[in-house]
Amino acid sequence: MIRIFKTGCLILLLTMMQASAPALGAEEKAWSDYIKPLEVHGFLEVRGGIRTQNDPHAKDISVMETRLQADLFTYTDWAEFKLKGDVWADGVTEKGDGDIREAWVFSRPSDFMDLKIGRQVLTWGTGDLVFLNDLFPKDWQSYFIGRDAEYLKAPSDAAKISFFSALASLDLVYTPQFDPDRFITGEYVSYWDAAAANHAGQDDIIHADRPDNWFEDDELAVRIYRNVLNYELALYGYWGFWKRPGGQNVHGTAIFPELNVYGASARGQMAGGIGNMEVAYYDSAEDSGGSDPLINNSEIRYVVGYTRDLAMDLNASLQYYVEQLLDYGAYEDSLSGAPVRDEFRQVITLQLTQLLMNQTLELSLSGYYSPSDKDTYLRPKISYDLTDSIILETGANIFIGEEDHTFFGQFENNTNVYVAVRYSL
Amino acid sequence: MKRRFLIPLGGLLLATGVAMAQTATPTTDEIIHKANHMALYQGADMKSKVSLEITDKQGRVRERAFSSLRKNDDNPDRDQKYYTFFQAPADVRKMTFMVHKHADLEKDDDRWLYMPSLDLVKRIAAGDKRTSFVGSDFLYEDISGRSPEDDSHELIEMTEKYYVIKNTPKKPDTVEFAYYTAHIDKENFLPMKMEFFKEDGRVYRVIESMQVDAIEAEQNGQPVTYPTVTISVAKNLESGGMTKMTVSDVHYNAGIRDDIFSERYLRRPPRDVMR
Repeated sequence: MIRIFKTGCLILLLTMMQASAPALGAEEKAWSDYIKPLEVHGFLEVRGGIRTQNDPHAKDISVMETRLQADLFTYTDWAEFKLKGDVWADGVTEKGDGDIREAWVFSRPSDFMDLKIGRQVLTWGTGDLVFLNDLFPKDWQSYFIGRDAEYLKAPSDAAKISFFSALASLDLVYTPQFDPDRFITGEYVSYWDAAAANHAGQDDIIHADRPDNWFEDDELAVRIYRNVLNYELALYGYWGFWKRPGGQNVHGTAIFPELNVYGASARGQMAGGIGNMEVAYYDSAEDSGGSDPLINNSEIRYVVGYTRDLAMDLNASLQYYVEQLLDYGAYEDSLSGAPVRDEFRQVITLQLTQLLMNQTLELSLSGYYSPSDKDTYLRPKISYDLTDSIILETGANIFIGEEDHTFFGQFENNTNVYVAVRYSL
Repeated sequence: MKRRFLIPLGGLLLATGVAMAQTATPTTDEIIHKANHMALYQGADMKSKVSLEITDKQGRVRERAFSSLRKNDDNPDRDQKYYTFFQAPADVRKMTFMVHKHADLEKDDDRWLYMPSLDLVKRIAAGDKRTSFVGSDFLYEDISGRSPEDDSHELIEMTEKYYVIKNTPKKPDTVEFAYYTAHIDKENFLPMKMEFFKEDGRVYRVIESMQVDAIEAEQNGQPVTYPTVTISVAKNLESGGMTKMTVSDVHYNAGIRDDIFSERYLRRPPRDVMR
């Protein structure tokens, strides 16, 4: 059923693309008449950070890189084109590296439809730094070592087609080959290896078995949304895989089991601020009864949040987030000595942002605290715009936990501080 | 994640309208309502480019540039929608900001910010309107317009060219000034100078219109002219900072559609504003 739906969407998409392409040769025009001037931007950045404690499974440096980003944009009468990529010298991996962040074509073929095809960053949902119905790839590794917040979102190779109407709008995102999160592998950030009951890092990098057959191991994400009196309401669906390893096969290799997600969200003004709520049912399709100890159980995830200004140029946001593990009895029965996950993992997030000196100096703190896991993740940051093109930044990623196996607690040895300077052009 | 937009933007220009031939002296209320209309509501919609040159006490200069769209709702001189597309500086380039401004004092404006590098639509809480607009010496309220209902008004002087109105806030604890005076042009009702006073009678902020251009447009097929402030300067005498705002490429009654002010165009700007 899902496959038929996916195929249908794909055919629709291809038809639309054809319909929206310009009638070539219909008019004699020079190529230069079609392409508008190329916009070129970018930045050069140097960023360095160290662990504040010894980590036997990782280097002392947490991040050490010189990065160049180039951003090219142009458009014709019928489409827009974007190419954005990074190259950097990486002191942690001791390699040169590169990443295309965006490479897409956008077209607005009719009053009721938009198309964006290619490598693109995708985000939806109402959570502030927690993601429920947003199953697009994240890069937790970059986030934890103190790269710019832009890098929390990893790109997808996808086609996004959007339909608009007065009744509701619809987004369909088809990813022909599964794009997982850039999850913690041990390369930059050490982690708790539950099977070995020990910490692991560069000495034991996770190699997961990623489903990678084109048009078979694919993902489909759908959002239907509308505003009612400026309250933003949305329904979501996702058919794909757990975005970071959600199980292992009989050989002990990490795998990405199938996952379907169904959810809803609302966001709008509330008591002088903005309130949001979102829920998502994670249907772990390969372990529907919860009895398979090697595959993640299904979950329901909830978040409620509120953000408002507390004073001039001081904004605060607070959220309460819960992951409820379903079939908990079956989960407990299937355990074989590994640390037990709570039925309800609760996390409180707090964000404070203060702007000073004509908004050129920003002090911010993001915090995650889990009363159930008894662990904490804090991200203090100071950034200063020395000029319009030079930004100085310093911050820290602080992990505190009572136990080795909890989500943030396992990263305790990765607590780090960093500094960066970025020159934009 | 950028900050400057924790601050809202609302209206843009101290724009204006056709002078009305008046023989008798208008009442204070009439002056205020005309000045409010001229400053914020001329035409059915407006499209423009804005640049801000922010100079601090030490003489350091920062620049901001953006394109702006504004559309009035059907109810005259009340609600409006604003769309802003940032071109500079680099860290905010291509961000878009959208406001549904509500004239009703009981109702907060709705504001959204879109950050393209994260593909993130953020809903911005209604903040203090007396905060700096994008780090400049203009405040949000200078841009979106302070509601006439927030102050009591008194005509204190009539010069050859201006009506001078003293505006005293009804809720003094919500603002940083004791009162402000506005010099309103007798011919076209444009506010040409505003001086903000502290309790002790000292002027601490001044906004002046430095250049007014007659912008030609069409309304119902007829040619019309909208006098529009194209250069204005805000000075903060306490901090020593100064911001010059220059407005160019002004088009009135451009036929901006209502759906431009929706998530669709927030995420992917209309062609018009990118040029």
